[in-house]
Amino acid sequence: MSGALLQVEGLTAGYGAAPVLHDVGLTVQPGEIVAVLGANGAGKTTLLRTLSGLVRTTRGRVVFDGAELSGTKVEHLVRRGIAHVPEGRGVVTELTVDENLRLGGLWRRDRADSRKALDEVYELFPPLAQRRTFAGHQLSGGERQMLALGRALVGRPRLLLLDEPSLGLAPKVTGQIMALLRDLRERTGLAVLLVEQNVRSALSIADEGVVLALGRVVARNKASVLRDDADLRHAYLGF
Amino acid sequence: MDRFVYLTFDGLSRGLVYAAFALALVLIWRAARIVNFAQGAMAVAAVYVAYSVTNATGSYWLGFVVALLAGLVLGVTVERVVMRFVDHSSPLNGVVVALGLVLIIQGTLGIIYGNEYLPVETPFSRDAFEVGGIAMLSRYDLFVFAAVGTVVVLLSLLFTRTAIGLRMRAAAFAPDVSRLLGVSVGGMLTLGWALAAAVGSLAGMLVVPTELGVHPTAMDVVFVSAFTAAVVGGLDSPIGAVIGGLVVGLLLSYVSGYIDVTVAPMAILTLLVVVLLGKPGGLFSSSKARVA
Repeated sequence: MSGALLQVEGLTAGYGAAPVLHDVGLTVQPGEIVAVLGANGAGKTTLLRTLSGLVRTTRGRVVFDGAELSGTKVEHLVRRGIAHVPEGRGVVTELTVDENLRLGGLWRRDRADSRKALDEVYELFPPLAQRRTFAGHQLSGGERQMLALGRALVGRPRLLLLDEPSLGLAPKVTGQIMALLRDLRERTGLAVLLVEQNVRSALSIADEGVVLALGRVVARNKASVLRDDADLRHAYLGF
Repeated sequence: MDRFVYLTFDGLSRGLVYAAFALALVLIWRAARIVNFAQGAMAVAAVYVAYSVTNATGSYWLGFVVALLAGLVLGVTVERVVMRFVDHSSPLNGVVVALGLVLIIQGTLGIIYGNEYLPVETPFSRDAFEVGGIAMLSRYDLFVFAAVGTVVVLLSLLFTRTAIGLRMRAAAFAPDVSRLLGVSVGGMLTLGWALAAAVGSLAGMLVVPTELGVHPTAMDVVFVSAFTAAVVGGLDSPIGAVIGGLVVGLLLSYVSGYIDVTVAPMAILTLLVVVLLGKPGGLFSSSKARVA
């Protein structure tokens, strides 16, 4: 598995003394969409927050693109090519759409390409282009998700850590976002580690699925296999 | 009528100083959610530095520039050495630490310079021009207008037009998200303190010569007025700080001029109570609820 983009081994992490994650392992190949599934409190969000350094790792290894990731400062993550779109969308609601998007590219040296990426995002999400000067709090839930995603894309990441993009969105909007992820993967080779409660829509676009229960990996398999595994679905995924 | 004109200009001139000082409070509040009660003492420290430099070199302007730089350095120091290590789980912690800083700074200044008023010169005359027999405003008032006006314009350009300003606002509103986007939140916080302390020092430099002179507690009363201005305007709003400062300055000037100087503090308190009763977030607070 030397070609893996992200390799997580034996990851144990949490808040304070009691770990939330126990010995978690997973792999994301370049251009692959991996869904992290599980019930509330399974540790899905904590997993993403640990990968990006917002939660301290107590044990285990995270290797990104051949180099150790642990110890990297949170603010240096984007420079390594990782964009984390947090749960609840993470739009800075006091800033305008345009300011939010520009924020996504401020760390980049390549100003020209930053601007180009910004224009591409406006092309990708026409509703955002119509609301450039709107403050974040004036947007609908779907538009905020577009903005958070678009802002991540301005940094041209290689790996997207995406936390519950469907949260609070209409099924139609969720469908659009999932289709967009698949499309981005086809066009740009963007790999995605997707945390979702909406198991059906996540497995519909994912290549692989990782099922978490109480902070442990209880299943890792092709998405198509997980979709058809009735026992697993009943036990951990609730449908 | 001529008295009204004079009091109005006097109020605006004082109000601009309060505005600058309130702006400094707002800068730190927005960045760190701390009301910096040490702002006054820090500003006085910068004025003392200017006093020493001006006395040694004979140049007011050298002292002026050094005071602003001293403010920057003091702001960085207070944030990096003290405030960064304060546990912010309760908003009172920062307040208590800031009050402790006031005692330390004022005590140290008293030891070095003595607890007496030292005379400070102004770079321009404080005699008011007369236009058609009516005393209007002095050269020094014009200097105050220009200095505070420049700071307000520069700050608004910084925050609305530059990448650093965008980073500072983002870091203040959403620290975790900003870090994920590559913003050095700690660096922005330090920068916020530095700017605020420099603006506070400017306010100190402008107001101290118009009062009794420089003294370790010279900014205490100014702090009360400026704090009122910041709260009246809404602690989150730079525009509110400026307008709040002008309102407080005018109110003080009219009440002192038409009623009595001793009633002025009561007028300030009344204004504070009325605004807090009518609009608890301040006149220019955004309507959206914010979690501190």
